Amino acid sequence: MRALLFLSFLLTGCGEVWNDPYPVADRGRNVMYSAFTERPKHLDPAQSYTEDEARFTQQVYEPPLQYHYLKRPYELIPLTAQEVPKALELEGGKYTQYTIRIRPGIHYQPHPGFVAANLDLERKITDRLRSPYDLPLGTRELTADDYIYQIKRLAHPRLHSPIFGLMSEYIVGLKEYAARLQQAEKPGRWLDLRDHPLEGVERLDAHTYRVKLKGRYPQFAYWLAMPFFAPVPWEAEKFFQQVGMAEKNFTLDWWPVGTGAYMLTENDPNARMRLDRNPNFRGEPYPLVGEAGDAASGLLADAGKTMPFIDRVVFSREKESIPYWNKFLQGYFDASAIPSDTFDQAVRVSIEGESGLTAQMEQREIRLRTSVDTTILYLGFNWLDSVVGGHTDAHAAQRARKLRQAISIAVDWEEFIAIFLNGRGLVAHDPLAPGIFGQREGRDGVNPVTHDWNNGKPERRPIAAARQLLAEAGYPDGRDAKTGIPLVLYLDTVGRGPGDKPRFDWWRRQFAKLSIQLEIRDSDWNRFQEKIRKGSQQLYILGWNADYPDPENFLFLLHGAQARATTQGENTSNYVNAEFDALFERMKNIANSPDRQQLIERMVDIARHDAPWVWGYHPKSYGLTHAWMQNGKPNNMARNNIKYLRVDVDQRSALRRAWNPTVLWPLALVVLLLIAIAAPAFLGYRRRERAAAKPT
Amino acid sequence: MGILPVALWTDMLIWLLLSAITVFVWYCSRHAHLAAPWARVFRSRAALASAVFLAAYLMIGLCDSLHYRQALPTVDTRSPVAYAVEVRSLLDAALSALRERNERTYSAPLATRLHQKELIEKPDGSSSRDYPRLRHGGAHLANEDAWGEDIAWHLFAGLVASIALWGLLVAAMRYSFARRWPEIPWGAAYAALACMLALAGPLAALAVNYHVLGTDKIGQDVLYQALKSIRTSMVIGTLTTLVLLPVGIAAGIMAGYFRGWVDDAIQYFYTTLNSIPGVLLIAASVLMVQVFVDSHPDLFPTAAQRADFRLLMLCAILGAIGWTGLARLLRGETLKLVELEYIQAAHAFGVPDARILLRHILPNVSHIVIIALVMDFSGLVLAEAVLSYVGVGVDPTTISFGTMINAARLEMAREPMVWWALATAFTFMFVLVLAANLFADAVRDGFDPRVRM
Amino acid sequence: MLAYIIRRVLYAMPILIGINLLTFALFFVVNTPDDMARMQLGQKRVTPEAIQKWKAERGYDKPLLWNEQAAGADKITRTIFFEKSIKLFVFDFGRAEDNRDIANEIRVRMWPSLALAIPAFLVGLAVNITFALGMAFFRASYLDLWGVVLCVAMMSVSALFYIIGGQYLVAKLWHLVPISGYQSGLEAAKFVVLPVLIGVISGLGSGSRWYRTLFLEEMGKDYVRTARAKGLAESVVLFRHVLQNAMIPILTGVVAVIPLLFMGSLISESFFGIPGLGSYTIDAIQAQDFAVVRAMVYMGSVLYIVGLLLTDISYTLVDPRVRFA
Repeated sequence: MRALLFLSFLLTGCGEVWNDPYPVADRGRNVMYSAFTERPKHLDPAQSYTEDEARFTQQVYEPPLQYHYLKRPYELIPLTAQEVPKALELEGGKYTQYTIRIRPGIHYQPHPGFVAANLDLERKITDRLRSPYDLPLGTRELTADDYIYQIKRLAHPRLHSPIFGLMSEYIVGLKEYAARLQQAEKPGRWLDLRDHPLEGVERLDAHTYRVKLKGRYPQFAYWLAMPFFAPVPWEAEKFFQQVGMAEKNFTLDWWPVGTGAYMLTENDPNARMRLDRNPNFRGEPYPLVGEAGDAASGLLADAGKTMPFIDRVVFSREKESIPYWNKFLQGYFDASAIPSDTFDQAVRVSIEGESGLTAQMEQREIRLRTSVDTTILYLGFNWLDSVVGGHTDAHAAQRARKLRQAISIAVDWEEFIAIFLNGRGLVAHDPLAPGIFGQREGRDGVNPVTHDWNNGKPERRPIAAARQLLAEAGYPDGRDAKTGIPLVLYLDTVGRGPGDKPRFDWWRRQFAKLSIQLEIRDSDWNRFQEKIRKGSQQLYILGWNADYPDPENFLFLLHGAQARATTQGENTSNYVNAEFDALFERMKNIANSPDRQQLIERMVDIARHDAPWVWGYHPKSYGLTHAWMQNGKPNNMARNNIKYLRVDVDQRSALRRAWNPTVLWPLALVVLLLIAIAAPAFLGYRRRERAAAKPT
Repeated sequence: MGILPVALWTDMLIWLLLSAITVFVWYCSRHAHLAAPWARVFRSRAALASAVFLAAYLMIGLCDSLHYRQALPTVDTRSPVAYAVEVRSLLDAALSALRERNERTYSAPLATRLHQKELIEKPDGSSSRDYPRLRHGGAHLANEDAWGEDIAWHLFAGLVASIALWGLLVAAMRYSFARRWPEIPWGAAYAALACMLALAGPLAALAVNYHVLGTDKIGQDVLYQALKSIRTSMVIGTLTTLVLLPVGIAAGIMAGYFRGWVDDAIQYFYTTLNSIPGVLLIAASVLMVQVFVDSHPDLFPTAAQRADFRLLMLCAILGAIGWTGLARLLRGETLKLVELEYIQAAHAFGVPDARILLRHILPNVSHIVIIALVMDFSGLVLAEAVLSYVGVGVDPTTISFGTMINAARLEMAREPMVWWALATAFTFMFVLVLAANLFADAVRDGFDPRVRM
Repeated sequence: MLAYIIRRVLYAMPILIGINLLTFALFFVVNTPDDMARMQLGQKRVTPEAIQKWKAERGYDKPLLWNEQAAGADKITRTIFFEKSIKLFVFDFGRAEDNRDIANEIRVRMWPSLALAIPAFLVGLAVNITFALGMAFFRASYLDLWGVVLCVAMMSVSALFYIIGGQYLVAKLWHLVPISGYQSGLEAAKFVVLPVLIGVISGLGSGSRWYRTLFLEEMGKDYVRTARAKGLAESVVLFRHVLQNAMIPILTGVVAVIPLLFMGSLISESFFGIPGLGSYTIDAIQAQDFAVVRAMVYMGSVLYIVGLLLTDISYTLVDPRVRFA
C-alpha cells in the first residue's frame, strides 16, 4: 500500500498536486474540462434529441440557423445560412416555402470519408483501426446537397428520427418518401439517398435549397436551428457503412462529421469524450452586441474576435453528483451546476430574494449565473378519471373542477421549491415559461384560482378557501357528503430510488391539509408511461422541456386533438375543451402579434379556470464557473456554446495548486500505526522464540 | 377513536417465527441433550452481552410489527366509521412525539435552531437572514442561553431513571433466571444492560424536548428513522431464513442420502443458481416483483401493503438464492452420516427412507442448521444496505438502514457537513451486526466448533 | 486429464442452458420488447410506428419461445429466445440496445476492472494471511483475542461506510488521490490506490478471521505436535509446516475466485467512476439494457464454472491422493 502511494507520488511528479485526475501531458494546455452524467445514446443528428447529446452534437454539427448567444428573448440568427429565411406562402397559404442560402467556402472537418480510397477499405485494415482518424483525412466544401441529404435521412428506414412523425405532417412528400425508401432498402447494402429525390426539398444551386411545407408552420424556423437539419455528407455515411465498422462502434451515430468549431476525436462514452478544434473551421466572430448588462459583466470583452478560443474540450463521465461537485471545488471541472445538497455551500439568497454566492465561493472568485429554464413541471389530473377528470354532465363537471381547484390551492409549490430545490424555481401560473411570447407579467400573470394579488405580489390563497371549494365539490372535510367515505386520491410518479421518501411524505402532507388521503403509486418509467398511455392514471407528475421558444410548444400539451390516451400525442392529461382547441388551431400558425397575444391570453384563462394541471414550477438553472472561465452565459436554446468560451490556463494551474495542498500527516500516522501494531507482535515473537529455545 | 388492526404479511410471519422459536425453546429446555449446547453458548460472556442488545433490538422490531389504521374523526353519526389510509404500528404510536414533530429541514443533534439560514420576518416588519428557531427542538426554552443547563438536567434525569430501571431489571433477573441457571455468568448481562440503559435513558429523556440525533432533509427526526429501520433489518435477517430453511434442508439431506440422480438434479440446480452473479439475479427478480405490484394495484390497496410485499419478496428472493450454501453443507454432512453403522443397520432392518431421514439424519445435522441460521443474519443485514444502494433493495418508502445511508451519502457533500444521519445509521447498524456476529460465534463454538463458515 | 476436462466442460453445458432459460424468463417478464423500445427511443415524441420499427429491426417482433406461423424447425429458431440465446453460447453477444458492440465493450472495459480487482485481490490475500498468521502465532493470548475482536468489529461495518468514509477523508480532505475517474496506462495507479485500499480493509475482518481458523485447525494436527516435540522453534513450525500445509485449502479456495475477478466490482467501480465491467453491469441494470445484462450474466456464469473446474484441478495437483474420477 505504501509502495503504491509512493508510486503514485512519483507518477504525479514531485511538488505537483497529487490528485489531478488528468494526464500529465495535458497540463498547461488550452483545454476546457467538463463532465457528463448520462452517456449519450445517439450522436446522429437525425436521431439525437436530448440535451446530454446536444452538448456534443451542437459543437460539431451546424444547422443553417442558431440562437443568438447573448440576446434575450431568444433570437434566431444565421449560422451557415446567409440570412434567416422568410416564409413564402404559395397558393394562398396552402403551402409555405423556405429558401435557404448557404454561405460558400465552408469546409468540413478532416474526415477519412472525404478520401476516396477510404470508401472501399479492406477488411483487415478496418479490423486494425483504433480510431477512424487513423486513416488519411480529407475535407470538402459544404453544399446545399448535404442539407438535403440530412432531411432525407429523417425518413431513413434504418434510423429512428423522433421528429419524423411531426415533420411528415409538414414537409411535402416526406411520408410517402419513407414508404418508398422502405421498398428500396436492401439488407446489407448501403441505401444511397441521393438516388431518391424528395418532393418537398429542392436544390437550386450548390449553395441554395428550398423546403416546401404543407400549410403554415412558422415554428419551422426554430427547427432549422436544431441538428435535425444539419448537413450530413453522403461520404461519411458511405464510409461508416463498410463491413467491420459497426463492430468497432465506428458509426455515424458515434462519430459525428460536421463543419462546426470542434470535432469529436475521442469517443468513449463510459469514461471520456474529447473534442478538438476543427482545423478547417472558417472562424466566426464573437457577437458584438448582447443584452443590457452583458458589457458590464465582461461578456463583450471578446466582441468581434475570431472564435473558437479553446483548443480542446475533455468531457469526463461523472455519474455521481458528489465527486462531480468536489472535483469542481478542487478546480478540475471548469463549470458545474449546483447539486441541491450543496446549494447552501455555494449560494446565499439575499433579503430581496436575489441570490449571490457565499463568502467561500466568492473568495475563490467563482461566478454564478442563473436563468429560468424553458421547462415546466406539473401535477396533472387525468381528464378521463371519474373523480378528478372532466365530465360531460355539467353538474359533475363543475364538482370535479372545484375539486381540482381546491387541490391547486392546497399544493404549496412555493414550499416545494424552497425545500427540494433550494428556491431554484419559479411558481408557474400557466403552462407558458417566462420569456415565451404570450406570457404575462405582474397581476395578469398570476393565476386567480390559486393566488391573490396582495401588496403588489402574488400570495397563495388561504387553505380555508380550498376547503370551501372542496365542500362545494361535495367533499366537506375530505368526506363524500353522501356516504361519509373519505376521499382517496392516487398519485402516480416515477420512483427514482431511496431519496424519494421525503418527497412522498411532502405530497401526502399537501393533501392532508384538505383531509384528502393520498396514495402514492410509484413505479419505473416504463410502467408509468404505460399507465399514462392507457389513460389509467388519476394524478401524475410530469414535465416538459421546450423544443423551441414558442407558445405553441407549450400550449399543445393541452390540445384535445393530441390526447395521449386516444392519439398518442403529448397531451398526457387528455384535457379537452372545445373552445381551447379552437383557439389553439387559430393561434398555432400565426406569427407573433397582438392578435396572437389575445388568443393566448384567452386560452390561458380557460386553462387556469379548468385547472387540468396544478401548474407547477419552472426550474431555474444555476451555473457556477471558475474565475478562469470567460464568456459563460446560460442559454436554454443554444447548446453550441463552447466556441464562445475562453479559459485562462495559467490562472487555473495556479489556483489548482493553491486549492489542493497535499495533507501528508495522515500518511505518517498510518506508518506509525503500522509500527504500533507490528512492534508488540515483534517483541512477543522474540520473547516466544527465546522461551522456546530455553530448555524447560 | 377506534382502530382497525392491519396484519401485514411480514407481521404475520414474524409472529409465526417468534412463536415457533418459543416452542423450540420450550422443547429444548425439556431435553437436556438439546439444552446443553445452548447452555454452552450462554456461558460465553460476549454472547450473553450481545443477547441483551439483540433482545432490545428485537423488542423494538416486534413493537413495530403490530400495525393498525386509525379511525378518522366522525363527522356524521350515521356515516360508517372510516379509517385513515396510513398504516401505523405500535412503535409509531409510542413514538408519536418523534414522528409528528417535524422541522422544516436539517437541524443538528440537540440543536435549537435550523442548520441553514433563512429569511426571518421580525415583529417590527423588518427581516433578516439568520438561523431560525426550531418549531419543536428546544422550543420549551424561553431563553436559549439556558440550553447547556437544560441538557445537563435532562441527562441527569435520564441517568437517574436508567439506574432505577436497571436496579429493577437486575433484581427481577436475579430472582428468576439467575436462580434457575446459576452457572451462567449473569454479570455480563447486567453490565451490558447497564451500558444500554446508560445510553437509552438520557437519549429518551432528551428526545422529549429535542431532536437528539438531529433531523433530516424534510425535518424528520433521525432517531425515529433509526428505530424504524430496525424492523426492516430484522425482517430481512430472519424471514429470509424462513424461506431458505425448508428448501435448503430438504435439498441438502436428500442429495446426500439418496445420491444418484437425485443428487445430480439437486447439484445441477444449485450450481446453476450459484453461477449467476447474485446481484443480477436479485435485480431481475426485484424488478419482476415491482412489475407485478404495478400491474395489480387492486391487490395492494395501500402503500404500506405494497412496500410490505416488496420486503417480503426481497426476503423470498434472498432466500431462494441463499439456500444453496446450506444445502451444500448438509449434503456433505449427510454423505458422511449415511456411511455410519447405525444408519446402515437401519437400512438393513428395512426402516423406510422417510423415517431414517426424519429420525436419524435430520437431528444429527440440526446443529449445522442452527449455526447457519445465526451466521446468516448479519450478512443479510449488511446485504440489505448494499442492495438498497444499488436500487434493488426495499421499497423507497420503507425506512431501512440502506435507504438511510443512501440519503445520507449525498448529505456528506454539504458544507457544513450533515453527518448525523450517516453516523446514526452507522452506529445502530454496527451495534446490531456486531452483536449478531458475536452471538453467532458463540453459537458456533457452543454447537460445533469444527464447522467452518 | 484432458478427457476429464472435456467431460467437465460437457457437464457445464446443461448448466449454461439452464442459466440462459432462467435469465431469459426473468428479464422478459420484467421487460417486454415494447418497454425496451420505449427506454431506448427516449421520452419525447415517441410514436407507435417508431416502436414497431425498432422492434422489427432488432428482431423483437417475433414470438418469445414458439413461432406458430413458421414451418418446421423455424418454429423454434425464429423466436426471440433462440436468436438471442444461442449466440451467447459462442460468445457472440451482439449489440447493446444503444447499438454498441458488446464484445468490443467488454474487451475495452475489462482492463480497468482488472487493474482494480487484481491488486485488491493480491494485496488483500497477503495482508489477510499476514494478519491471520500473527493471530495464530499468538493464539490464546491477548493479542489474539483483540485481533479477533477487531476482525469481528471490522466485519460488522457495511462496505458502504468504508467507501464513503475513505473517499471523504483521503480524496476530499487530504487531496491525496483524485476523487474519481480513470486513466489507462501507468497513470491508472493513482486512481486505483484508494479503491484497492478500501477493498483490502473491508475484506480484512472476515478474511483474516477465516484464515486464522484454517491455521489453528492445522496447528491442532499431529504432525505439528511431532514437529514441536522435536524441539523446532515455534516460528519454524508455523512458517515451514503450518503455512505450507494450510496453503492447500487457501489456494484451492482462491482459485475459484480468480476467474470472477474479471467481472469487476459493482459498488467500488460506480463510486469511483472506474469504467470497468462492474459499472457496465450497474449501468445496464439501471438502463434496463437486456442484451448487456444477459451477456454479463452469461460471462459471470461461465467464469464461475471455470473457477469450479480450476478448483478441482488444483486439488489434484496439490494432493496426489485425489484422482480424476
